[in-house]
Amino acid sequence: MNIDKLQFKQLGKQAILILWEDKMDVNILSEILYVKKNIEEIKLKEIVEVNNTYNSLIINYVFAINNIYDEISVLKDLLKKANIDKIYEGSKYILPVCYHEKFSLDLEEVCAQKKLEVEEFISTHTTPIYTLYFMGFLPGFLYLGGLPKSLQISRKKTPRLRVEKGSVGIGEKQTGIYPQISAGGWQIIGNCPLTLFDASLKKPTPFSAGDQIKFKAVSLEEHQYILNKIELGKYQFEKVKEWE
Amino acid sequence: MGVKVIEKGILTSIQDKGRFGYAQLGVSQGGAMDRYSAKIANLLVGNEAFKAVMEVTLLGPLLEFTKDAFIVLVGIEANIRLNGNEISLLKPFKVTRGDRLHIKQITKGARLYLAIFGGFQTEVRLESRSQFFPITKTSSVKKGDLIAISKNEGLKLVDFASVKYKNKELTSSVIEVFKGPEWDQVPSVLQEQILSTELTISKNNSRMAYQLQEQFPNTLAGMLSQPVLPGTVQFTPDGNLIILMRDSQTTGGYPRIFQLTEDSINVLAQKRQGDSLQLKLIDED
Repeated sequence: MNIDKLQFKQLGKQAILILWEDKMDVNILSEILYVKKNIEEIKLKEIVEVNNTYNSLIINYVFAINNIYDEISVLKDLLKKANIDKIYEGSKYILPVCYHEKFSLDLEEVCAQKKLEVEEFISTHTTPIYTLYFMGFLPGFLYLGGLPKSLQISRKKTPRLRVEKGSVGIGEKQTGIYPQISAGGWQIIGNCPLTLFDASLKKPTPFSAGDQIKFKAVSLEEHQYILNKIELGKYQFEKVKEWE
Repeated sequence: MGVKVIEKGILTSIQDKGRFGYAQLGVSQGGAMDRYSAKIANLLVGNEAFKAVMEVTLLGPLLEFTKDAFIVLVGIEANIRLNGNEISLLKPFKVTRGDRLHIKQITKGARLYLAIFGGFQTEVRLESRSQFFPITKTSSVKKGDLIAISKNEGLKLVDFASVKYKNKELTSSVIEVFKGPEWDQVPSVLQEQILSTELTISKNNSRMAYQLQEQFPNTLAGMLSQPVLPGTVQFTPDGNLIILMRDSQTTGGYPRIFQLTEDSINVLAQKRQGDSLQLKLIDED
C-alpha cells in the first residue's frame, strides 16, 4: 500500500500511532483493519495491543520501545508490503430495537427538530447497513457509522447522568448502543434487549471492528420476549451471510 | 477464606497489572494506580511483581484475618494498627487468625498497597483480577466481603533490606511528560504558559482521571475520537486539562497534548486534591 499519506506519531515511550486522513470513511476503515491484521500476525499479543478508531491505529507495547524510529521503520516496511485491494468484510448482524416511548426518551423531540413522523424516523433508522468502526467509551460500546443525514443531530447539551442498559442513541453522524447503565450524552431513541458484553465469557462480545449491523424494529412485547429468552440462555445473535 | 472486610474505607479495591489486549473491546487497562508501590509490596513478601494486592485510598479499611498470613504495607506514610498496635510500612510481618488490621489513614501520598504472600485470590476476568465494573462484579471491596488468599506453603522470608523504596522520587511535584500528538497545534505562547504554571489537582480525581484546577483558553479544532492511554493528557474545549489514569477509557475526542511517563503516572497516583505539580517536557529519544 501507499504509505506516503499516513502519519506516524508516538504516544509516550510505549505506543505508536498511525494516522489516516481525518474522516469517517469505510475505505479508510478497511485499510486500517488490514494493517491491524498484518501487525497482529507478526507481533505477539502478549507484547503489543492494537486498537483502531475512525482514522487511526494505536500499537501499544507492553514495555518501553528501545528505539522508536527503528520500530516505526519496521512498521513502515510491513505496511509497504501489505496487500490491500479489497474492502474488509466483517460479519453481518441484525439487532432488534424497540422504539416504544417507554425507552425512546428523546425520539419525540428529535422528530420535532428533524421534522419527521415517528414512523418515518423508525423506517429511516432501520434501513441502512451500519459499519462498526470500533468499540470504545464502555466495554462493548459500538461506534456505528452510516447514520442517514436526515437523522443526524447534535448530542444533548447536558449529558444524562443515567442512561439505561441497551439504550440506542444517536449523536452527530453516529448511532450506538449503551451496553450497560452509564452516563451519556447521545439522544436516546430506542432500546436493544441484547447483552452486548458479558465479561464472564471467554469472548465477551461477538462483534469486532469492521462488522456490519442492521437494526430491525420490534414491539414492546417482542422486546420482553427476547429479554426472557436471554434470561433462559436461549437467545442467539442473528447473523446473516448476505444482505438481502 | 482469608480476609474479612469489617469496614471498607473510602475506596479499597483489588488490583494487579490490569488488562492488556482488550482495548479493542473498549475495556480499560485498569490495574494498580501506583504500579511501582504495588510491585515493591509484592517483592517484599516474596511474590512475583504483579500478584493481586489491595489498593487503599486515603482512609483505609478495617480487616480481620480468618487465616494466618504473611503481609506487608507499602505507601509513603500512614497510620496503621494491628490489634491496636502501631505498624510500620515496608516491613513484612506475620498475622494470625483473628488479627485485626486497621489502615486508619494515609498521612502522606494518596494510595497504599497491602500485599499478601501468594496474592489475593479474587475472580479472574479477562486475564486479570483488577476490579472494574462491569468486567468484575464490583469496582471496589464492600463491607462484609470475604476475600480468599492462597495457602502459605512455600513461604520464604526475604531479606527486605535489599528492596529499596524510592520514597523521595514518588513524592516529587515534577511530572514528566512527552509531547502528545496534538501538542504542536497548541499556540507557542500557550505552550509556554501551560509548562510554566504550577498546576493543582482538583476535587475531580479518581482511578479514571485527574482533572486539574487551572484552565487555559482552548482554540484547538474538534476532532474524531482517537485512541488514548493511561497518562494521556486531554485538553477539553472548555479549557480543562484532564490526565487519564489507569481506569481510563480507550478512546477520547479531545486533543491529546501530553503523554506522562510511566514513572510519572505512579507519582501522580500518590497525589490528592490540592496537591501541586509542575509539568516537565522531556525528549522523546
